[in-house]
Amino acid sequence: MNSGIDLEMSFTQGVQNLGLSHELAHLLWIPLPMLLVLVSAVIGVLVTVWLERKISAAAQQRIGPEYAGALGILQPMADGLKLLVKEDIIPARADSALFTAGPILVLVPVILSWLIVPFGQNLLISNVGIGIFLWIALSSIQPIGLLMSGYSSNNKYSLLGGLRAAAQSISYEIPLALAVLAIVMMSNSLSTVEIVEQQNTAGFLSWNIWRQPVGFIIFWICALAECERLPFDLPEAEEELVAGYQTEYAGMKFALFYLAGYINLVLSALLVSVLYLGGWGFPISIDWFASLVGLSIENPLVQIFAASIGIVMTILKAYLLVFLAILLRWTTPRVRIDQLLDLGWKFLLPISLVNLLVTASLKLAFPLTFGG
Amino acid sequence: MNIAYSTELICFLILSVVIVSGSLAVVLLENIVYSAFLLGGVFMAVAGLYLLLNASFVAAAQVLVYVGAVNVLILFAIMLVNKKEKLNPIKGLRTRKLISGGVCGGLLVLLLRVSVTTKWNLPGPNSIGEEATERIGEHLFTDYLLPFELASILLLMAMIGAIVLARRDVPVPTDYTSDLKTNKVIDDKKIPLLSENSLK
Repeated sequence: MNSGIDLEMSFTQGVQNLGLSHELAHLLWIPLPMLLVLVSAVIGVLVTVWLERKISAAAQQRIGPEYAGALGILQPMADGLKLLVKEDIIPARADSALFTAGPILVLVPVILSWLIVPFGQNLLISNVGIGIFLWIALSSIQPIGLLMSGYSSNNKYSLLGGLRAAAQSISYEIPLALAVLAIVMMSNSLSTVEIVEQQNTAGFLSWNIWRQPVGFIIFWICALAECERLPFDLPEAEEELVAGYQTEYAGMKFALFYLAGYINLVLSALLVSVLYLGGWGFPISIDWFASLVGLSIENPLVQIFAASIGIVMTILKAYLLVFLAILLRWTTPRVRIDQLLDLGWKFLLPISLVNLLVTASLKLAFPLTFGG
Repeated sequence: MNIAYSTELICFLILSVVIVSGSLAVVLLENIVYSAFLLGGVFMAVAGLYLLLNASFVAAAQVLVYVGAVNVLILFAIMLVNKKEKLNPIKGLRTRKLISGGVCGGLLVLLLRVSVTTKWNLPGPNSIGEEATERIGEHLFTDYLLPFELASILLLMAMIGAIVLARRDVPVPTDYTSDLKTNKVIDDKKIPLLSENSLK
């Protein structure tokens, strides 16, 4: 495979040419990709909120937001601004320290997880070796934030919502991790970059979804449950719990929950596309494409073309999945809490264990197709 | 002193302060919920120390197991039995506190002495970094296979125990149900969780 464009190397070299030391150049580089990813995450959320409003309107035969910008495209900005200037209320009998820390603890792990999302060969913040395991570890911090905000609100609905949210995210984390484990076993690596590279040997035919169809469905269901979206939005089931752990929150603190939820949705969609749909890979191999035109893969023009195609493909795949998630939200009824836990523990967990075992035996039997 | 070294030192100092003050607070705070949340913070800081030692896999495992599982479990237990009740004053609490403080202080002095007198083999072995995941796996399935299997059996036992305790749908033997008809409260009878019928 080609090595792709290395922006970091060219940046540090450019700065070093200005007469600064290598370490200083590295130090200057570090915040840049983080800022970029933070900004793209927030923009991704704004787009998702707009899509949610528009698609839900279409599902209910309404028009949806229309006056803020063309097709109401500025509506999420208006929502965000409204939340920003709203009064920040802390209930009198609430525990103010925990009440403030709760939403932060929910949001920070989600943003940190963007560390490992690759948009191209070198287009990710850090190619850490533990890759996807980092995401699983980080997402296990979230329940603490949920419990914290549920407890500190000093409200029975909040406490119940927080407990539900934590129970839900713990029980769906296990099948999720097992589904990821099957993928890791096939690609012999935890690194997201290597997982994607392995899927891009023969265009869309080598995507993991063909080799792991069951794992794909398990992962998708669990990801929806982790994001607390309908049909799994029990923690904030408004008919039963007012708004669950968010009941007492207003203004920017509520916005943090809102943001965390949508960032998590976009992140999950991105990870599904990375793990199962070939990440930045074009359905037809770029190498083959370049040789057809007669250009070398090392050609800078081809490189830039490949990189931009990579970003577009990653985002396109992710947003197709987001579209699916939104459609699911507005067309399915909510499950009950016992149905939710039954589905997690009695159905998804055994199925994912069987999936893991079958993958392991297939790997032993056909080392060529299942990554020996 | 280059930038990398000084950043490492600063991170180490911050993490150590967080760990020491956090664990002291876990023990000394009166509010048990604060203690539980701070325990999570201490676990996170320990994971940070592992990261500084270039052991990212161990750090992630620490977060997953201790913060994501152990600490959440503790929080669950606290919140499900969150009764605000006044505990009876214990006799001689002051002397008890003094005695336990003395024991802890003695332990601290002992450990400090050990750490000062021991000849540490510095610098320690180089960390293998990203390779660690494979090496841990190799060790677990070769020379540490017996402890690994024993741990899994222990977990299985705990799981079966939890299932037995949590089972509510124990089939009630017929003589108990006939008791019910004669207006006897079911709580009067201690129904064994694992009666002979339920095991069939």
